[in-house]
Amino acid sequence: MDQTRRNVLKAGGGASLFALLAAAGMLQPGTALAADRNQKAFEAKNLKDALDALGAGSPINSNDIVMTAPEIAENGAVVPIGAVSKVPGTESIAILIAKNPTALAASFDIPAGTEPAVSTRVKMAETSEVHVLVKAQGKYYMTKKEIKVTIGGCGG
Amino acid sequence: MTDPTRIRATAKDGGVNVKVLMAHAMETGQRKDDAGKPIPAHYIQHVGVTWQGKVVLSATWGTAISKNPFLEFNFKGGKKGETIQVTWTDNKGEKRTDEATIN
Repeated sequence: MDQTRRNVLKAGGGASLFALLAAAGMLQPGTALAADRNQKAFEAKNLKDALDALGAGSPINSNDIVMTAPEIAENGAVVPIGAVSKVPGTESIAILIAKNPTALAASFDIPAGTEPAVSTRVKMAETSEVHVLVKAQGKYYMTKKEIKVTIGGCGG
Repeated sequence: MTDPTRIRATAKDGGVNVKVLMAHAMETGQRKDDAGKPIPAHYIQHVGVTWQGKVVLSATWGTAISKNPFLEFNFKGGKKGETIQVTWTDNKGEKRTDEATIN
């Protein structure tokens, strides 16, 4: 038990060690697809900071993005979210949850040949607006929907 | 180390529907154990799906993805009998690749 803890502490001791591991990972042929992680965006505490870190600024509200999500989520630990973009030239789709401890939940790069539609399941700490951000031809588009959460998903 | 990733790839309408279920705790780092000590964050940061050596989806995740993550998407091309690979990498540098045949 103590040993594990020590290892964790040791590992956590240096961000540089982490960078080293990541760099080592990058060198393996199979991981050429590892996208550059925008750590700043993932650490952003609120929606605005996350959007700024993503370089999205103030996205254009769009009806060409369709979000499939429940009105009410009984269990915040598992909230199904589907996002479909009809914006031509969609390059990436991101899911942001305004009131989570960190707003950015996921970002999906959509290569040519892949449909601009993804489904996943997310955790929500409390009732919040959920945003789907789409990047297409260098511009950002967004849609939002409020999802009511009965039991939060971050406490337990 | 970890359980295999469950992958279902189904060819339809000239494309492939991919459903993926990964086995991962997805700890946020926000929770505390019974003794009140914080449980360190442990979550998948990147998921890559390839077909014929081509990346068909690349996902970057934060801590808000649910435990045992689910992912579904569709790509064009791809025929029955071909394979796709799903690789995830987490914040501790652990990594897992699984393969499935398109049905």
